[in-house]
Formats: sequence, C-alpha cells, structure tokens
Amino acid sequence: MLLQSPQRLFYGTALVVMFLLGVWTEGSGFIDEFLYYRGDITYLLGQHIELMLISGGLAITFAVPVGVLLSRPRFARVAEPAMQVLNIGQTIPTLAVLALSMTLLGIGRVPAIFALFVYTILPIARNTYAGIKAVPPHMKEAAAGMGMSATQMLFRVELPNALFVIFAGIRIALSVNVGTVPLAFLIGGGGLGELIFTGIALDRPVMMLAGAIPTAALAVVVDMVVAAVAFLTVPKGVNPLRNPA
Amino acid sequence: MIRIENLTKVFETPEGPVTAADHITMDVPDGEICILLGPSGCGKTTTLKMINRIIEPTSGRVSINDEDTTGMNTTDLRRSIGYVIQQIGLFPNMTIEENISVVPRLLGWDRKRTRERARELLDMVALDPSAFMGRYPGELSGGQQQRVGVIRALAADPPVLLMDEPFGAIDPINRAVIQDEFLRMQSELNKTILFVSHDIDEAIKMGDRIAIFRAGRLVQYDRPDDLLAHPKNDFVESFFGEDRALKRMQLARVRDVMEDDVPVVRHDDDLRRALELMDERGYHYAITLVNEHHQPVGMVMRSTAETRRGKCGEHYYGVDALAHLDDDLRKVASLMFSHDTTWLACVDEDGRLAGTLTQRGITRYLGATYRPQE
Amino acid sequence: MDIITFIADNVDVLVNRTIEHIALVAVAVGLAVATGVPIGIAITQSQRVANIVLYIASMVITVPSIALFGVMIPILSTIGQGIGYVPAVIAVLLYSQLPIIRNTYTAINDVDPALREAARGVGMSPMQRLRMVEIPLAVPVIMAGVRTAVVMNIGVMAIATYIGAGGLGTFISRGISQTDPRQLIVGAVAVSLLAIAADFGLLGLQRRLTPRGLQRAGG
Repeated sequence: MLLQSPQRLFYGTALVVMFLLGVWTEGSGFIDEFLYYRGDITYLLGQHIELMLISGGLAITFAVPVGVLLSRPRFARVAEPAMQVLNIGQTIPTLAVLALSMTLLGIGRVPAIFALFVYTILPIARNTYAGIKAVPPHMKEAAAGMGMSATQMLFRVELPNALFVIFAGIRIALSVNVGTVPLAFLIGGGGLGELIFTGIALDRPVMMLAGAIPTAALAVVVDMVVAAVAFLTVPKGVNPLRNPA
Repeated sequence: MIRIENLTKVFETPEGPVTAADHITMDVPDGEICILLGPSGCGKTTTLKMINRIIEPTSGRVSINDEDTTGMNTTDLRRSIGYVIQQIGLFPNMTIEENISVVPRLLGWDRKRTRERARELLDMVALDPSAFMGRYPGELSGGQQQRVGVIRALAADPPVLLMDEPFGAIDPINRAVIQDEFLRMQSELNKTILFVSHDIDEAIKMGDRIAIFRAGRLVQYDRPDDLLAHPKNDFVESFFGEDRALKRMQLARVRDVMEDDVPVVRHDDDLRRALELMDERGYHYAITLVNEHHQPVGMVMRSTAETRRGKCGEHYYGVDALAHLDDDLRKVASLMFSHDTTWLACVDEDGRLAGTLTQRGITRYLGATYRPQE
Repeated sequence: MDIITFIADNVDVLVNRTIEHIALVAVAVGLAVATGVPIGIAITQSQRVANIVLYIASMVITVPSIALFGVMIPILSTIGQGIGYVPAVIAVLLYSQLPIIRNTYTAINDVDPALREAARGVGMSPMQRLRMVEIPLAVPVIMAGVRTAVVMNIGVMAIATYIGAGGLGTFISRGISQTDPRQLIVGAVAVSLLAIAADFGLLGLQRRLTPRGLQRAGG
C-alpha cells in the first residue's frame, strides 16, 4: 500500500529519514543543546515574522495600486520604461539592497524594513501590471459593450482575471522577502539571522542550526500559506490550478 | 501494393478497452490513391497510423509489396514510407532545405545528392529553390508549408505515402489548387497512397478508391462511382447525403456520356434536309449547325424547319455555351441551368463538334446504375 | 570623492574579487546545467516523477540561502569543508536546479506533438528526435532558466562571503562590520552591476542560441 502512489512513497521516505535523523541527533545530545536556545528562537522568530509582515504588508498595499495605475491608459507611456526599471531592479542582489539601505538610513529596524519593502514591491507591481495587461481585449470589449465604466471594468473584469498572476507575484515576493529577513540582522534589524550569523562566527553549529532550521521552516510554511490563499481566493473560472485541463 | 489483413487496435482506457480498429482488411493496388473516409473517431486515422506503426497494432498484419512489416524495425519502416500530417509538422528550427533533407540524411545520402534532390522537389511544386532553400518554415504561407510537407515525405522517393488529412488546415481556395497540383504530381509519380479525409468532395475528387469507416469497422471499400451508385447500407447512403447523385456527376466526363454519332447540317443545306435528318433520328427539338471546320455555330429548331422555307444558314440560333470533352457533368448541368437549355454541343480541343449532350442523356446515364441489377 | 579614491586604491582587489565571484557562480551553474538538463529531459518520461522532482526542487529554492549554508556547514564539516567555497558552490548548484530542470522539462514537454509525430513519422530514433528536434527547440527556454539561475546566484554568492567563500560580498560584509560606506557602496554597486551585466549578457547569448527559424515567432 505504501507504494500505491509516488507521493506517498515520497512522504514515507521523508518520514523515515526524519525519524533516523531524530534518533541520531538525540543520541549525540543535539536536541538538548538545541533546546537551550528555545527562548532565543521564540523571541527572534517573533522579530523575524514582524519584519516580514510589516515590510510585506506595506509592499502589497503599495505595489498593487502602483501596478494598477501603470496599467491605466494615461500612464501607458511611462509603464513600459517603468517595467524595464523594475526588471533590472529585480536582478540586484538582496545583500546589495540592504547595504545601500544602510548607507542611506544607517542601522536598525527601519533601514531593514525599508530594504525588504523596496525589494518586495518589484515582483508584485510587475505581476499586477502584466496580469491586467494580459486580460484578453475581447473580454474588455464585451465589458465596454455592456456599458461598464472604467472603474467597474477594473474591479469586475480586469482584477478578477489578473488575480492569479498577481498572487504569483505576491508569492515570489514573499518568498524572496522571507529569504532576505535573516540578512536584516546584519544591519541591526534583528530576527533569526542573529543565531545563524553568530553561530557561524563562533563556530557553534547547533546555534547556527537553531537559527537556520526555523528560518527554512518558516520560508516553506509562508510559501505554502500564500499558495493556499491564492488557491482559495482566485475565482474558480480563472484559476489554472483548479482546472487542470 | 499495400495489403492490410485483420488489422486491429484495442486501446486500454480507464473506462475499459476501446476497439479503435476492428479487423480491417483491404488491399491498395500500386499507384492508386485510397481515401480512408468517415466521421471522426471512426478508426480511419488509427488504421493509417498502424501502417507506419506510429500506433502499434494489437493484432493483424500489414504487408508492403509482399513484405510483411510486422517484424521490421520501426525506424527503417518509417524511413521507407512517406508521411504527411495535417499539422504539417515542419521542424521550425530547420531551414526548408534541411526539412526536406531529413530522411535522406537519416538514410546517409551524401550532401550533394541530398541537395539536388531538395532542389528537384521544390521545382516540382513550383517553389523557386534559390528563394526557398534557405528560408524557415515560419516565413512561408500555410499553402507553401503544406507543399513542403508533401515533398519532404517524397524526399527519399518512397513507394508508399501516408497522408493524414494533409490539406485539412488550408483554406478552401488554396486547398483546391493544392489538390489539383497533387493529382498532377501523382500522375507522374504513381505512388501508392493512403489518404485520410473527412471531406466527401475531397475523397470523390482525389480517390481511386474510397474506404468508408464507421465505429472501427470498414463498411465499404469501392471505387467512388460504385460507392455513390451502390451504397452498401443506410449508413453509407446517408453519409454521402441526399445529393449523392449530384456528387456522382463530378465523376463522369462529357466524353463518357455524350452521344457522339450526331447528324449535322451546314449553312447551305435546305431546311427540308434538316427536318429529314431530325425525323430520321426522332429529334423533337433541334439539330446542330456546323461551319466548314466542323465547329458548332448554332442550331436549327424543329419548329423553324417545319414552318419556314430556305437555307439552314438563314434560320438558326447561335450557341453560346459549349461543353468540353473533359468537363465533368456537374459543370455541364450548371451550364444548362444557366443558359436555360436542355441541350449542349460538345467540342474537342480544337473546337470541333464531337457530339451532343442532353439532360435526358445525363439522367439516363446516372439512372442506369441505380436501376435494380439482375 | 572618497569612493573614487577608494576604488582607485583598490582596483586590483576589486578585479580579483569580481573574477572570483564570476568563477564561483560559473562553476556552480555549469555543474547545475550538467546535472539539471539531463534530469529535466529524463523526467519528461513520467509525469509523476516529474511532479516529485519539481516539488523537491521548488522546496529547496524556498529555503533562504543563509539557512541553507547554516544547515550545510555542520554536514560538510565532517569532511573538513564546512567553511569556504565548497558549501557556497553546492548551495548555488542546488538553487540552480529548479530553474534549469523546470525550464528543460517544460520546454521539451511543450514541443508541439505534431512535430514529435512528424519526427517519428520520418523515422527518427528517440535519440535523433531529441538531438535534431527537441533539444534545438528547447535551447532558448533552457537558456532562460540558466539566466535566472545565474542572476539569482550572483546574489547568493554575495551572501556566501559570510561563510568565507570570498567574492564581491566581502566588500559589503567589511563595509557593514566597519561601518564604512565606501566599501558598502562599492560592494553593493559592483555586485548589482555584475548581476545586471550577466542578465543582459545571457539574454544576448540566449538570442544567439535560438535557432533562426524560431526567432521571428518567439520574438
């Protein structure tokens, strides 16, 4: 029965590996040492999530309207150059963005949040714009033919049809965001990066893992949550994941 | 010759086995075009694709020129059979020359010979080699691409050609042109061709034989005229439609139907002579008037001959429609309707009178085959 | 002004670190191409296996780089390679798998079934089909994956400076620890320019590797 589906086989194997890993770590006293950092983990994880939520939340509320505005006819002339800039912006490494933010704003939570915010805007704005632009003209023509105003068309036709693409952008953005949060520690922003970087500096593997494992787990969880939210909020008719045709 | 014996394909589906082709048996003689015709899902395409084993048969046998293909290596088999598909399937990453040269290259021909062959084939379909060899499929129109698709299949000069709705994606006007072009090529090449179609008119036009499929079975396999005249059952009859007699008219040529031993009068013949000839033949309508080159110029009506006196040349009506020996009956009937006549003079290439054709003659010709046979 | 004199004084270091950075990313992505492309081709044979492989690869890519380093250091320490360029190269190798495998897989899978049938119909063997039709058609998409991988990993390699891998990130890490804006800016700008240059350079390469017959259609 275990071999019935590859998915089950995969999860089964993962479970066995994890169990063996658990036995080994317990035997080597790893778990005791790990638990020593329990307090730090909880505290830093809180900071970590806070950084992510503030910067991510601000970015979404800022980037979606920007993307919508750029898709409006009156911004048509600046839209394409703006997209080029966003595309180039996305190739800039996260560490560089943090470094530049630090030279502007010094150290602490504010420059960290600012850097995360800026970097998170890019994929969301880009996908919002691209998603709206990708709505087929015949759909808009039909909407216009029914006498919808520009605003009605935006909320009833364009946004619902672009939602899947917008969520894809949010997912990419938050995944990058949550991957960058540990670096915030470097410019004094706090978070689980503290355990990782200090662990590396002091050559204390368990301390490092105490930071790395929750960071990785959080990243995977955030990704899954965003995926689930997207799956549930995007209208069924325009959600490719619900209609695997 | 392609001999298909008890060819069967059963697909296993989640809903159970589905028989796509059920003991298909048929022979296609050398140099003939055999059209596999039927509604979608009838098994015609499956049958075709089992011949080059794009679909592996469940059972049965295909022999080409008395050689059983069952044991043959599939790649060797396919390289010896030309294959044309509806989507054309030109490789977009290759030039036209490279596309045409695929099979020769796979067969290990040398560069020079391959290149010459590509030129020769492009010439054959009236695409200028110097202009087209270096182009890419994306730069050609649909009709041009389909021509290249056909000559790619002919590149290694295979004796057998399989065509899966080859002209289906082309607009009707270009389709007719390509069909004519293809028939002209075939009259020189004499390939043995299996051709899948769902277009009845195409089948009648292109086919030497037509195989009608339904629900995986071969229902009837005959020459087009026999199929139209003697549909084996209600399915075939309704498949060809209520107007199948009209469809048959496409198949008959003027030379087969016309009355060739016809009396004529000349300008200086007396009207009485015309009346005499009409009485002799029992004509109730008219007689043809020809000039010194034996070309039809008009007709003398019986009513005129009966009531007037004088020379024929003074009392005739001109002819404004003529049938040619190779016209099909559909065209002739159309001419009759548009000129409000039941009679047409038929002429040869030089415009000389070869015979006459009447509506009565056409209906008798078509009707003859429908009468119950003893 | 400070920055210009700083650059002038450190030109050789800057050049060396840039070369180091490029070399590390190139080696790692090169290895990733050598593994990812065959994997991407192989998994076209089975949808189920493909789903699993792509799922694992996408999970790996969500793990933040510094966390991946953190997990790898204790493991690689057992063979004495915990710190340095080895974990960095391995991390980049792992991160590159998703874009490369996914793009190879999709590109080969998306080859028009009519072309595949035509290729079979003319009597190409599966290997010939792959070599003459499927791979040439997939190259642009595979290259797009390589490009994504390179750009992403120039950033990852910058972070790898914290585990002693060297590269341009060193300027940034020193800039932060010494609160030296000159090093910070030079490092940040240099690594950004490198990423942007790589993006454009690989786009050019991607276009050059696109079969000419596809260029008009593909844009």
